[in-house]
Amino acid sequence: MPTLSEAASRRIVEDAGVAVSPWTTAADIGSAEEAAASLGLPVVAKLCGDAIAHKTERGLVRLGLSSADEVGAAAADLLAAARPEDGEVELLISSMVRGNRELIAGLIRDEQFGPCVMLGLGGILAEAVADVAFRLAPLERADAFDLIDDLGAQSLLDEFRGEPAVDREALADTLMALSRIAENTHIHSVDLNPLIVVDGRPVAVDALVETA
Amino acid sequence: MARDLTPLFEPRGVVVTGVSSHPGKFGFVALHNVLSCGFSGPVFAVGREEGEVLGHPVLASIEALPENQADLLVLCTPAGANEGIVRTAAARGVRAVFCAAGGYSEAGPEGIEAEARLVALADELGLVLAGPNGQGVVSTPAGLCAQIVAPYPPRGRIAVASQSGNFVSAFLNYAGQTGIGISRAVSAGNAAATSVADYLEWFAEDDETDVALCYLEGLPDGRAFYERVREVTRRMPVVVVKGGTTSGGQRAAASHTGSLASDDRIFDGMARQAGLVRAATIESAFEAAATFATQPLPSGNRVMVLTTAGGWGVVTADAVTAHPDLTLAALPDDLRTAIDGMLPPRWSRNNPIDLAGGETRDTIPELLDLTAAHPEVDAIVQLGLGIQGNTASLTRSGPFHPDHGLERIVDYHERQERRYAAAAAAAADAHGKPVLVASELAVARPDNPMVAAVRDSGRLCYPSADRAVTALGHLVRYAARRRART
Repeated sequence: MPTLSEAASRRIVEDAGVAVSPWTTAADIGSAEEAAASLGLPVVAKLCGDAIAHKTERGLVRLGLSSADEVGAAAADLLAAARPEDGEVELLISSMVRGNRELIAGLIRDEQFGPCVMLGLGGILAEAVADVAFRLAPLERADAFDLIDDLGAQSLLDEFRGEPAVDREALADTLMALSRIAENTHIHSVDLNPLIVVDGRPVAVDALVETA
Repeated sequence: MARDLTPLFEPRGVVVTGVSSHPGKFGFVALHNVLSCGFSGPVFAVGREEGEVLGHPVLASIEALPENQADLLVLCTPAGANEGIVRTAAARGVRAVFCAAGGYSEAGPEGIEAEARLVALADELGLVLAGPNGQGVVSTPAGLCAQIVAPYPPRGRIAVASQSGNFVSAFLNYAGQTGIGISRAVSAGNAAATSVADYLEWFAEDDETDVALCYLEGLPDGRAFYERVREVTRRMPVVVVKGGTTSGGQRAAASHTGSLASDDRIFDGMARQAGLVRAATIESAFEAAATFATQPLPSGNRVMVLTTAGGWGVVTADAVTAHPDLTLAALPDDLRTAIDGMLPPRWSRNNPIDLAGGETRDTIPELLDLTAAHPEVDAIVQLGLGIQGNTASLTRSGPFHPDHGLERIVDYHERQERRYAAAAAAAADAHGKPVLVASELAVARPDNPMVAAVRDSGRLCYPSADRAVTALGHLVRYAARRRART
């Protein structure tokens, strides 16, 4: 299945109502620096293109850039790392948001059951821990809350290391947004990974949409 | 609106094909079972040779079937013969077919074609078609045992639909063991025309059924199953046990979500969303269904544990506390005060309510009623019964009975056990709350008078507190969903 760039993916999930970290795109080093200044430092810079689905594996994500010089150097590196097979690329500059808790949410289309919304524990241990649960789209709001309740690590959703409890209404909003995206049959899958919990509210800092 | 399966489960008469005098053949067994379990309508046997089998006349051809007497045709004839038989039977007034015969889609390309023709024929003739390649159909209100296998279960309120015939038998065996009976049971076989969802929809409209129990393996159209069963569960609990839960594996997908999506995780989410009661094992599925069939739905999740002595209460409190859907009730002050007046001070004065052996003749029946009546208690698990019955058993079989006053004490112990079991059932009935009695004696000594009396009260004696807590958790979860969603 073909994937969309992070920028195109962000537009789709944002339109549906997913909270994403503040962001903009930039075509060159100068506009990357301007974007960083207007978003406020620190920022994240990424190389962005339809064919680039696995940015981290290729080292195309630069985190915690806290000066104009760092942004400029990162932008130059990223543009230089583009390969011919990546096709058209641009830079994606987003605010560096922080939180101790990472979730993952997404949408898949299952052969037997059709569109399904997923919620799970995110972070580097996500696959090993595999604390995830599914519901079939379309979700009723009560289904979204049940899905949140299905996570094994409920204590992670309470107050945690000085951070407030996860806002279940806001998290349900995210899940309902994914459910709405499922109505668009041109979209095969969505990945919000990670979904960082910032002051209790889930914020997607990356998005990947696969089209059918 | 459910498809009308009445002619399958409530036929006026039954005709069995493939009947021969060989008692090992399916046709013989099916005829034997139909004739042996109390079916009161006319029964017709069709075989290759005219004569008698089991003293019952055998028709040499389906052509000889009288008109409008049999609704149900049970096919034990080879696949090649069945289309002609079905057409003739339909002309004689048959409205439902249970095809026990194999040789259909489970048997390669020719079988797939034969099955498609059979389905098309049933559609054309407006027949209910169950199977093929299934073990049969049971309907206790009709006294019907149209199966090529045993057993025939006691009558009750659980309806079974299974994608595996052997698990129909397993559930019916548990019904026989526990006395918690069955209303209808069907082996879906290849489910060519009638699927588990069709059966569930009909069960939900069936006055003889309070709860459905099903075994599932594959759901080729899972989405349609979901859409249909979520409506069924608004009306009736549906207990599901799923085979083949570990085959998921990882799928090739660009997304992380895709790689975390195993078949079982999605099935589990679907089951919860549809309001299905998903049990982990065959025996816990039966116990969940038996609990729905015999206990009131609780109106909350606060569980009180009653025990005659210590250890049982402790492990049960652990199990309740660890269960995500249950809460160990706080012992209300007024109940504590009331119990203080009934027991010596060594009782636990907490939940679990542990009598610490301080009970006298009427304590347990009174305490069961008092606890069940309390508005801050939603359900009770009663432990530690059967001790007196156990003592009575050893005493009765020992060398000193009935002398030395033993006859009298044995009678007393046995009478007390029967009182306890009756009190548990009466407390559940009077206050509309589940009261579950658990004891290893349920399987270790089913002849124990307490176990026998629980059975006589129409309730399940749970073989362990863990199993009682698991069943209760299913009840509480389903009841909470019913309250939230309707």
